[in-house]
Amino acid sequence: MIGIEHYVVVSSILFVLGVLGIFLNRKNIIVILMAIELILLAVNINLVAFSAFLGDLTGQVFAMFVLTVAAGEAAIGLAILVIYFRDRGTIAVDDVNRMKG
Amino acid sequence: MHPILVIVFGPLLAAIIAGLGNRMLGNVAAKSLTTGALFVSAVLSWQVFLQYLGGGVPAEVVPVLKWVESGSLTFDWVLRVDTLTAIMLVVINTVSALVHLYSWGYMADDDSQPRFFAYLSLFTFAMLMLVTADNLVQMFFGWEGVGLASYLLIGFWFKKPSANAAATKAFVVNRVGDLGFMLGIFGTFLVFGTTSIPAILDAAPGMAGSSITFLGMRLDTMTILCLLLFIGAMGKSAQLGLHTWLPDAMEGPTPVSALIHAATMVTAGVFMVCRLSPMFEAAPMALTFVTFIGAATCLFAATVGTTQWDIKRVIAYSTCSQLGYMFFAAGVGAYGAAMFHLFTHAFFKALLFLGAGSVIHAMHHEQDMRYYGELRKHIPLTFWAMMAGTLAITGVGVLGVFGFAGFYSKDAILEAAFASGSEMGRAAFWVGAFAALLTSFYSWRLMFLTFWGKPRWAASEHIQHAIHDAHAQGDAKQDTHGHAAGDNPPAQEHSGHDDTHNVPHPDHGEGTGGYHPHESPWSMLVPLALLSVGAIFAGFVFHHAFIDEANFWNGSIAYNEGLIHALHDVPTWVKLTATVVMLVGLFIAWLAYIRDPSIPEKAATQLGPVYSFLYNKWYFDELYHFLFVRPAFWLGRLFWKRGDEGIVDRFGPNGAAWLVEKGAIVARRVQSGYLTSYALIMLLGLTAAITWVLF
Repeated sequence: MIGIEHYVVVSSILFVLGVLGIFLNRKNIIVILMAIELILLAVNINLVAFSAFLGDLTGQVFAMFVLTVAAGEAAIGLAILVIYFRDRGTIAVDDVNRMKG
Repeated sequence: MHPILVIVFGPLLAAIIAGLGNRMLGNVAAKSLTTGALFVSAVLSWQVFLQYLGGGVPAEVVPVLKWVESGSLTFDWVLRVDTLTAIMLVVINTVSALVHLYSWGYMADDDSQPRFFAYLSLFTFAMLMLVTADNLVQMFFGWEGVGLASYLLIGFWFKKPSANAAATKAFVVNRVGDLGFMLGIFGTFLVFGTTSIPAILDAAPGMAGSSITFLGMRLDTMTILCLLLFIGAMGKSAQLGLHTWLPDAMEGPTPVSALIHAATMVTAGVFMVCRLSPMFEAAPMALTFVTFIGAATCLFAATVGTTQWDIKRVIAYSTCSQLGYMFFAAGVGAYGAAMFHLFTHAFFKALLFLGAGSVIHAMHHEQDMRYYGELRKHIPLTFWAMMAGTLAITGVGVLGVFGFAGFYSKDAILEAAFASGSEMGRAAFWVGAFAALLTSFYSWRLMFLTFWGKPRWAASEHIQHAIHDAHAQGDAKQDTHGHAAGDNPPAQEHSGHDDTHNVPHPDHGEGTGGYHPHESPWSMLVPLALLSVGAIFAGFVFHHAFIDEANFWNGSIAYNEGLIHALHDVPTWVKLTATVVMLVGLFIAWLAYIRDPSIPEKAATQLGPVYSFLYNKWYFDELYHFLFVRPAFWLGRLFWKRGDEGIVDRFGPNGAAWLVEKGAIVARRVQSGYLTSYALIMLLGLTAAITWVLF
């Protein structure tokens, strides 16, 4: 039987993968976007799992909101990426170090 | 409106307008304004004085403003006029007005004349506040005011390092005296509970014999108070120990020396002792000390005066010596005689200084008497004025007939010292008599070196400059104007450091070098003439009132009836002493500087150590340099290098800056610009924040 704890473990693994994907990644900004997406999905799994487990629909509604926001975020992120690539000709993470306040 | 208000505040107003208006106002306007104000004050002062001369006029008190009301401490701005004040008003305003006028001529080449005249008027105002003070605090205000003006005027030629040094020295030495004065004022308030002078003087006799704890010692109240106040007087009046600033103050322009360092400011100490005379009368020990210091200064300054070459320094030491006379007169209880000498001295000493200024002007700012000679033929008017001054200071006169100003006042002082009966008084009499001999000697020495003999001008650097200037101009102006008009730098007197000159031998180096001294303009001669009148007649006209009439003083000083009777009953030889020693001094000076000019040099060689002891002013400056100046510098350097730089700066501002810099180097590494490290830090921060909130 697949219990709530399996869902939690999976979502935790996904979350940690996402976090590590952000700052262990040295190659590509697209990977960062994907890692953020992974974190959001981990959260979604959590929300849906607990919603089903507790019989409360609020969690699933929230998951829909998160998906919407994630889609918007991905769109904007990719748009910035395209502009950035046009400007600099690279999207390697190591070259993106102009953010010195 | 009471005339005293005009007398006191006229000069202040003129000083403010001339000082703030300065170049906007222009030379002539500033000079006219200040001089005009002073002449108005002078005329009104004589009017006030003549009112009091008749005697019996009560003291007047003119309130001006509320000042301080704090618990039991209350004092106001109040002008007090009585006989004593009236005398000082006349002295200050007459001399000041004449010095203002004199400065028109003397400072004609200077390029900041409005400033000069504003300072002069400011000084006059401060001095007037001092002498019209009704309470000790107001007196202290005037006291510090004259100190400030003196500082500003000594350092008037601020581009000259020696003038700055002299100004600072005068200020610092006066601080020592002022500390005593301030402690005296505090103590007086502590004891009497008021700073009002009349109230203190009324209560003073009752305090005689009481004691007070000071610095952990049980001391006689009146003695300690009077000694503290007298230390203030010593500083201001350049008495032995605190005199070192006065000769150096000659770095200032000569009119300043005449006004401040001869006639008025330096007599403030004498005035203060006379004003507070009932207090001093209650403190016999303090009076003995005053007598001692007065006599010692009198002798010291006279001996030093005999060896100096700088014409202004001779007169400066003479001033110091005459102030000594005034103090020992006050010390033996003859306050009237002290004030009388102050009065006559103001005229003849201002005259001598202004005369010396006229000589210096004629000699193109040469001040060394070794480069003078035969000037009586070239500047006869100055010569006769100086003659009047010298006759007055040496006390020429015939008993019972007529005498010059100093004859009456100095005789009165010596007789009072003799008649006082105390041992210190007797000692002061002999010291005073000897100092009178020296006075006569150095005064005639000055006259003989300057006005007699053969011209010795050629070797003087100043005269050579003048001659070169004249030749460079290349026209006949040289005959009428010793210093060819136009390209002269502003008058800058050379003073003191005569060692740098190559000294001419009396036998050669003679000659005029083609230089023609010129008589001073009328603006300088008129003051000389008026002061000459004062120097000749001041003693004869006023001696009766000042010495003999209790009614004239009318309680403004402690008047010792018994002493005045005793003074008239002294043996005839005492009365003749001053005249005899004057003649002896004159004879020695004639012998040494007219008859056989080689004597001084021989005497100097024979008396080697004594001569250099006197020539170096008893080594006071060297002693003080060793005792005070060097330790002060050492201490200053210690605080500066070790204390300030080593501790305060090192751990304070510099330490903080170092910390920030090092910290920044570390913090800089965090800001790498990499997105990933920022994200990591954000995550860590978030984790920390959540941990903090939840647990």
